[in-house]
Amino acid sequence: MKARDSLLLILIVVAAWQVFHWIVGDIALRSPLVTARHALALLADPGFWPHLRETLLAFAEAFAIAMGIGLFIGLTLGASRLAGDVAEPILVALYSIPKVTLYPVILLIFGIGMPAKVAFGAIHGIVPISIFALNAIRNINPVYLRTGQVLRMSPLSATRKILIPAALPEIVTGIRVGFSLTLIGTLLGEMFGAQRGLGHMLLQAMTRHNMDAIMALTLLLVVFAAVVNAALLSLDRHLHSRA
Amino acid sequence: MTRVGLLRLAVIVGAVVALELLIRTGIVPRFTIIPPSEMATALVGVLASGKFKIDITVTLSNVAMAIASSMIVGVAAGTLLQGAPAVRRIFDPLFATYYAIPMYAFYPLLIVIFGLGDMPQICIGFLLAVMAVIINTINGLDRVPRVLLKAAQVHRMSVWRTARRIRLPYATPYIFTGFKLAVAYSFIGVIGAEFITSSRGIGYEIAYAYNNFDNPLMYSLILFILVIVISVNMSLHTWEKRLMARRRR
Repeated sequence: MKARDSLLLILIVVAAWQVFHWIVGDIALRSPLVTARHALALLADPGFWPHLRETLLAFAEAFAIAMGIGLFIGLTLGASRLAGDVAEPILVALYSIPKVTLYPVILLIFGIGMPAKVAFGAIHGIVPISIFALNAIRNINPVYLRTGQVLRMSPLSATRKILIPAALPEIVTGIRVGFSLTLIGTLLGEMFGAQRGLGHMLLQAMTRHNMDAIMALTLLLVVFAAVVNAALLSLDRHLHSRA
Repeated sequence: MTRVGLLRLAVIVGAVVALELLIRTGIVPRFTIIPPSEMATALVGVLASGKFKIDITVTLSNVAMAIASSMIVGVAAGTLLQGAPAVRRIFDPLFATYYAIPMYAFYPLLIVIFGLGDMPQICIGFLLAVMAVIINTINGLDRVPRVLLKAAQVHRMSVWRTARRIRLPYATPYIFTGFKLAVAYSFIGVIGAEFITSSRGIGYEIAYAYNNFDNPLMYSLILFILVIVISVNMSLHTWEKRLMARRRR
């Protein structure tokens, strides 16, 4: 049933794309079939793989940093009511600023290259991960913690048996959101300050008006993001339904 | 102001002062970041000169267009989808994956379709914002108590009247959450798109100043955007609190 719905959705999206293609014409938008063919050709091209590797490497580093710092900020601030109250609006304000305007600052600090991309990806991910982690800790039902006290659980086993299972679903939701934003940040970073990577390829295709490359890259990025997100989403739903 | 509010202010002021000191003492080199006080003076100079009046107007009006269009389309689509569970079930995975899609990847396409004008930027802002509105509208409409809808039936209210008198008013706080997100996403989308490629707007001017190593100008414009976005955000937050407080009575 669920698989059928997903399939139907993909069909609808492809059909809408095809219709849109007919309306705006071949110069502005390639058809789904042509794009898929170009995407496959791109995947078969050995020149493509170093770019993909570079992007994945930068993304993996950025995501690891975002998780580390984000969880650290969220969990430490969430542990104290006062710190959480003080910090949450600041974090939400940080979340809402257009981080792309901070890109020049990152470039001035790190210079062009891998560190700048990683840093830019990471700053996109840190804030949402820390907001979700903070709220995950704050919203734990106090009854659970008191029960732990009554049962005289040691701090270690209380953390393992109560704190982590109770906060995990929310934290995973934050990580899912952080994943998407880190990917966007890394790609944006590559668009301006890089010599390699998918973002760089996309910007190059853009300046050369290479429609086939633009469409094929966009398709690959969207499919990658959607597939990973679907996997994280099912983990997310699984954890939430268990709680 | 409450104790928490004062503490928050102290944290922010402390961070700014720390940054100022780090730069003044030379621990952070000057060509990387200029002291916040100099950013502020440069910003005052920039605003007084009136050089960027057009850019500021263009950016703000594009953001406003993105917010308005995403609110109209989002609330309408949300209401329709909430009324049609079969369709909604099909689109459910799309809601969940939507924000995983790197929206800026569509920017080149939009430029090809619309040309280099204001439309591509507005579209990016709209695309980012609209889903937040749809999701929150559906969420709000889902929570309308059955009792109220039954009462409407008893009074033989028409579908349109039920929507206007019961469903939408009840869902207002949730739609407001969507509105808040739409504002944030519209700013992010429009300014980000301007930054990538465009011919005018504050995002464009920041990129331009960066390419010319004009740090004081660049930092003053960055500061300008931060101040605008954060103050809009804060006032919406206060407004929302008042809205919620009235409801809780």
